[in-house]
Amino acid sequence: MNDRLIDIQHLVKHFDISGGFLEQLAFSGGRIVRKRTVVRAVNDVSLFVHPGETLSVVGESGCGKSTLARALLGLYPPDGGEIYYRGSRIDNLTQHEMLPYRSKMQMIFQDPYASLNPRKTVQQTLEEPVVFHNPSITDTEVKDRVAEVMRQVGVDPSWSDRYPHEFSGGQRQRISIARALMVDPEFVVADEPVSALDVSVQAQILNLLMDAQEQRGLTYMFITHDLSVVRHISSRVAVMYLGRVCELAPTKSLFESPRHPYTHALLSAIPDLYDRRHTYIKLKGEVPTPIKLPPGCIFHGRCPHANERCSREIPPLVHQGSGIYVACHAIEEKRI
Amino acid sequence: MNHLLEVQDLEVKFALRMGDLTAINGVSFTLDRSERLGLVGESGAGKSVTGFAIINLISKPGYISGGRVIFEGRDLTKLTDEGMRHIRGNLISMIFQDPMMTLNPVLTIGTQMVETLQAHGGIPRKDAEEIALDKLRKVHIPSPEKRLRQYPHEFSGGMRQRIVIAIALLTDPALVIADEPTTALDVTIQAEIMDLLLELCESEGTGLILITHDLAVVSQVTQKIAVMYAGKIVETGRTEDIIDNPLHPYTRGLIHALPNGRNPGTRLYQIPGMMPSLINIPPGCSFHPRCTISGDICRYESPSLREIPGYRTMAACHMLGLQKEQTEKDTAS
Repeated sequence: MNDRLIDIQHLVKHFDISGGFLEQLAFSGGRIVRKRTVVRAVNDVSLFVHPGETLSVVGESGCGKSTLARALLGLYPPDGGEIYYRGSRIDNLTQHEMLPYRSKMQMIFQDPYASLNPRKTVQQTLEEPVVFHNPSITDTEVKDRVAEVMRQVGVDPSWSDRYPHEFSGGQRQRISIARALMVDPEFVVADEPVSALDVSVQAQILNLLMDAQEQRGLTYMFITHDLSVVRHISSRVAVMYLGRVCELAPTKSLFESPRHPYTHALLSAIPDLYDRRHTYIKLKGEVPTPIKLPPGCIFHGRCPHANERCSREIPPLVHQGSGIYVACHAIEEKRI
Repeated sequence: MNHLLEVQDLEVKFALRMGDLTAINGVSFTLDRSERLGLVGESGAGKSVTGFAIINLISKPGYISGGRVIFEGRDLTKLTDEGMRHIRGNLISMIFQDPMMTLNPVLTIGTQMVETLQAHGGIPRKDAEEIALDKLRKVHIPSPEKRLRQYPHEFSGGMRQRIVIAIALLTDPALVIADEPTTALDVTIQAEIMDLLLELCESEGTGLILITHDLAVVSQVTQKIAVMYAGKIVETGRTEDIIDNPLHPYTRGLIHALPNGRNPGTRLYQIPGMMPSLINIPPGCSFHPRCTISGDICRYESPSLREIPGYRTMAACHMLGLQKEQTEKDTAS
């Protein structure tokens, strides 16, 4: 499996939000019972990332896309499933064994105001990861490295003694990209990196990310809800709904001929500058809560093509040929 | 022909220790009954301040330092607080970005709706409840009788925004100002909410000012667009004209910077530089340091909105019409 940089298999991540012992007690049928509340954020997700590509994970709030990214990087311990990096399993490693992988996998966060330490200068912020991963590095080497990366992301290296509050949102996002690039990663997870930015700044940051990918041969996993950005930068797209992948396909085929009914609805909802009277597919009902997932296909309650089997049986993600994977009974049965 | 709303040379300043900061610098536009206008721009352009200034809700240290806001024949900037209360929330309603911040978390939806009606019309409780139910039905809330007794946290984000819309429409206003109403929502819900706003404005004949940074959303809903930059309107005209044929270099840059699915993987157009801070707005045309077609005059003379020969839109730019060839070359690239 050399064509897979990252291989995620049947990943599960649940969060127990029941609180303390006393908070779990509830009165039911005249008796006191202990109740647990579990948010099923990621359920049985299998994905893989080819080296050098940009895989986008899209979906609406609460679909588990950020949790997936964090579990992948080891920021959350997964509750089930396996994660492989270049063929070696990384989800069951100790903190110490994980270290070499941490410098290969980096993350860029959404909010450049929250992700930079306000008490550290840019120099300090950028130095820290390098010194941590290469304890033997000399001071001059570190300084050179910081200056070089700052130049690459378009921030004047003479500003390295300034604090984050002295920079605009766009420049801060450049600095957090610089921080991720400091340790020469192979794989970068970007969690909504442009959502907090204005249109003109968004274009600058997207260009910067695309340039960095070309120069350094980076592999990206892009977490976002903005589908026009996805269409522009990604090679493949995974669509998530309530903690499951419902469709995974090359970008072009996903946007031109979406298969899964949810992908259809999602794509039809994007407002298009040049198609002003287009109609969107109205879904009935609302997104169910991840605390009480519906049985069967998670989308069946809102799906126009659902039948009795959909409400009973969970559809697996099936390869349809040409790299397109869909989890839908109706497609498998050739009903749609 | 009388306009529903006529904003003339509106100017808003913020009095700070370092001196007055001009947030809005001579904004003028008109809106007719059942017309929909999109106020577009990036953060700091002054679009929200314009919205607040219309309903005279600029709080200290800000103040309206000039211009007029004429609504149904009356200048709102001259009204007393008492007089303004009859208009605000009654004839003009506002919808904000975050529905959780707008709704009171400790009161039921019903109480909040009835209170609004009683504050504005002294309507008996029973009738007020009837009106509230009717509006909830209009925004497609299922089983409104039951929902009226529920608290905001029992609703999803999209439902909450529907309720906020229902509250805004309670008094049958002539004008609704919606400030980024769908920015906090997912795209499928955004589509529903925009559809709903459009449907209600059309059926009730309400005027709408939609304040947003999202050109694509504006293009679906409005008939007119005003593009703002650094406290001024730099281009205004019919929606289709501006989207299909933007004239002002800033509008053009804004539209070209959007990924549109036509050339995936290529570099996006970047407007050089960044939005100036209100503390030091460049002299002359405030866009000239970032402009690709600026000339000498742009550095010292501020352009005003004017009709550009051969086009239907108005733009505030010295160079348009002069350098037609260069403009077109720039658009093509």
